[in-house]
Amino acid sequence: MRVYAYLVAVFVLLVGAFGIVRSRNLVHAVVCLSIAQSATYVMLLAIGYQSKATPPVFGSPATKPNTSTVEPLVQAMTLTDIVVSATVTALLLAVAVQVHKRHGTVDPNELAALRG
Amino acid sequence: MTRRARIALFVVAGGCTAALLVLGVLDLPHFGSSFHPYRDASLAAAVAHKTSNVISSVNFDLRALDTLGEETILLASVIGVTVLLRPAEDEHEHQPVGEGRLLDSTRMVGYLFLPITVMIGLLTVAHGAVTPGGGFQGGVVVGTGIHLLYVAGSYRALERARPVGLAELGEAVGAGAFACMGIAGALAASSFLGNVLPLGAFGDLFSSGSVLFLSVAVGVEVASAVVVLLAQFLHQAVEVTGEEKEAA
Amino acid sequence: MLSYDDSASLLLAASIAVPIIAACMLLALGRKLPRTVVDGVAAATAAGVVAMLGFLLANAANGRVVNWVGNWHPKHGYSVGIVLVGDEVGTGIALLAGCLVFLALVYSWRYFESVEAHYHCLMLLFLAGMVGFALTGDLFDMFVFFELMGAAAYALTGFKVEDPTAVQGALNFGIINSLGAYVGLMGIGLLFARVGNLTLPQLHDALAHHHADALVVAAFVAVITAFLVKGAMVPFHFWLADAHAVAPTPVCVLFSGVMVPLGVYAAFRVYWLVFADAIPVADVRRTFVVLGALTAVVGAVMCLAQRHFKRLLAYSTIAHVGLFLLAAGCLTESGTAGALLYVAGHAGVKSALFLLAGVMLNRYGSVDEVDLFGRGRDTRLTKWLFAVGGLALAGLPPFGTAIGKAVGEEAGLSSGYEWMPVVFVAVSALTGGAVLRATGRVYFGLGDQPRGENHSTSGSAEEAEVPMLLSRVRITMLVPILTLLVGALAVGLLPGAHHAAEEAAGHFIDASAYAREALTGRAVHAAPTPDVGNWTASGILLGLLSAALAVAVAAAALYARRLRLLDRATSGLDRATDRLRALHSGHVGDYVAWMMAGMTVLGAFVGLPLR
Repeated sequence: MRVYAYLVAVFVLLVGAFGIVRSRNLVHAVVCLSIAQSATYVMLLAIGYQSKATPPVFGSPATKPNTSTVEPLVQAMTLTDIVVSATVTALLLAVAVQVHKRHGTVDPNELAALRG
Repeated sequence: MTRRARIALFVVAGGCTAALLVLGVLDLPHFGSSFHPYRDASLAAAVAHKTSNVISSVNFDLRALDTLGEETILLASVIGVTVLLRPAEDEHEHQPVGEGRLLDSTRMVGYLFLPITVMIGLLTVAHGAVTPGGGFQGGVVVGTGIHLLYVAGSYRALERARPVGLAELGEAVGAGAFACMGIAGALAASSFLGNVLPLGAFGDLFSSGSVLFLSVAVGVEVASAVVVLLAQFLHQAVEVTGEEKEAA
Repeated sequence: MLSYDDSASLLLAASIAVPIIAACMLLALGRKLPRTVVDGVAAATAAGVVAMLGFLLANAANGRVVNWVGNWHPKHGYSVGIVLVGDEVGTGIALLAGCLVFLALVYSWRYFESVEAHYHCLMLLFLAGMVGFALTGDLFDMFVFFELMGAAAYALTGFKVEDPTAVQGALNFGIINSLGAYVGLMGIGLLFARVGNLTLPQLHDALAHHHADALVVAAFVAVITAFLVKGAMVPFHFWLADAHAVAPTPVCVLFSGVMVPLGVYAAFRVYWLVFADAIPVADVRRTFVVLGALTAVVGAVMCLAQRHFKRLLAYSTIAHVGLFLLAAGCLTESGTAGALLYVAGHAGVKSALFLLAGVMLNRYGSVDEVDLFGRGRDTRLTKWLFAVGGLALAGLPPFGTAIGKAVGEEAGLSSGYEWMPVVFVAVSALTGGAVLRATGRVYFGLGDQPRGENHSTSGSAEEAEVPMLLSRVRITMLVPILTLLVGALAVGLLPGAHHAAEEAAGHFIDASAYAREALTGRAVHAAPTPDVGNWTASGILLGLLSAALAVAVAAAALYARRLRLLDRATSGLDRATDRLRALHSGHVGDYVAWMMAGMTVLGAFVGLPLR
């Protein structure tokens, strides 16, 4: 349990990369890329976790500011990254749409335009 | 390379990389440890600036430059999608034919939840400094909530409700406002993106100084960006055809 | 006297914010403004950024300019904020980015297709990303600006959406660079967990003089991989030729001139600040030197095999990145100085050559040297500009490339690598020779009608970037080309250039001074570097030798069939390089597998000696 979460992160990163390697469809490859990015979220959030700690938000009057919260920085990084990576994934999917229109296929094995 | 060679190379190289990362990860402080120096320092800083949501404080106060960068990535990606999905010379647009069959219950749920979702999104943005939430999360809720109109109604209804030009303007204004607040802080108080507005009381809606305004700016930008993004993809899917499809 | 909040330090932040604001204005108003106004606003913004960064560079000579964004000054050596640090190298490379963006916008004046103002918005956002990347002193902030550069770059690469190769190249570029960034983010997470902060000065203090354990090694490999994917080191380099071949010409200028060198810059910045005092120097030096030599050789060989002129230039960029890695990888002050001079000279020459490739494309509708054989014989100025560019790329003195080469060769010799000057001369001769060969074929009609069965990507499918093919070179295209070549000359001819580079390099590798100045706000007085002249006799001779060899390589390639011995040799070489060419398949899955292989190699070089 002491390292399990981190091992999951490493595993997901490599699974995402493997997905791109054996992919037969560029849309699938882009989705595998976003899977690889999810691995970074798992890693960051796992690093920030503290057992028996509260969330770092003190909005309600019942929650007095205390010093035993989880790490806020990794949560901040993750939440902005999730929104931003959705748009970057959209950008890559837009490219994939155009690839399909110009080449008639989204199979990387059939794209022969850039050899050598 | 052949498929087998490629997979073999990955299995070997990926295995070694996995070993390297696993060895690295074994030296991390164990999961759930209490060694978090940044947490200690940032909590104190957030409370000093009367921001109840420490995550928003990190995003819009302590490390606001990161957030400026991130929302600029969003802007660049959406401009990129607009550029990449523009109709090419050999394509033309047509009006979407018909509306498809839709269950009345779907239509009703869509119309019912649209105002609720948008309102929740707006509240999330506005309370970004006080409760969990902020510009990013609320902006996504608002941006996608508007598309309940497409799910429940028709593409034409959606187009009338959200002019893409207005959404592009919203993106530009949101992103520009964030950067301009930074410059304003630099000119007025020698502090680029510093929290130089009155701080208010801890837990109030109008607390934490500039965190609220930056959160709203980001909310406007993210909502507009999501609208523009989905508009480009929907336009491609619904209205644009190439030569061959027309002939068929 | 250092001050955190004076106007100079605020200019650091302004040079990032101003292009963003300008891009937002153009996005909001671009539809309604006439094209000339849009061009003017974009170019003026770039010029403004150049002015700000020029002022900062002048200030940086007296000491680093430091700005803690939002005034989160460090207390007892710890800060929660982000720091921007303008030392000579950082502001210098940001200034280079600004100049190249300005010239690229001039080049694309008026006739270049722009979707409303979106092309200009993307260029300005790209500039903001590059400037932010160069100036920031925070590791996660580097990742953020790395992604910003990436998003703008992917969109700009695929700009010509009707071109099938453009969109394939953009997707390969996007997937590989993004995957590299995510690997880097894993490394950043590891460091954050160990140290509790992300700014480079605080990472330096936390890791210095502690023995490097597996975490530090894994973080080093992950972070350096991310930057060297951008920097196109072998085996992370496959995306570069795909992207360069298809991106619009002004965008290629930015890629080869400054974006790829930024990857190398970041790798060494993070190495010196975070890892230099933790990982043994000899291991890292060996890594960079071996991989740099491999990169240089692979780039040079692939360069010769190309018939698509932009791909040829792209592989020559990879070859020169190998030379930058060799020079800076000696991990000495003079090696770093050589790399700085070489990057500056190379930026001028390579950018000019890319703009000339654009001229070729927009006049003849193709960049294929086989198909365009003899087409350019009637041009008057262009042919000679090409020739000058080729010789400058080969390292003809007094161009900046030559002085960078000379200093780099010296540094290699003094680090004990006697073979390094040989690699420098050979690689620059081969790449310069490839450009001269193409020039000879297209613009002088020299040599025999080439055989067409070369299996490399053809350049005939490229589409022109202007509505109608040009009959002559426009002034807005010619002026940037001449400016860039003159700039490359200036790097070699300006008195004190070498000395300034040595000083800048000294400050770059002085990690503890960086950390002290950033964390305490007190200037650290470094010992002045001894005065060195620009040129040495051996430097000049080796430069002339490279240029002569480049001409010989070009002649051999052009007249191979006439001399049958040479013909057999070149066709034998062709077959030998066929395997290498087959590896560059255009398949993104291959590239990812090679990325893993590269990480393994890095991990082995650095980790195994430490066990």
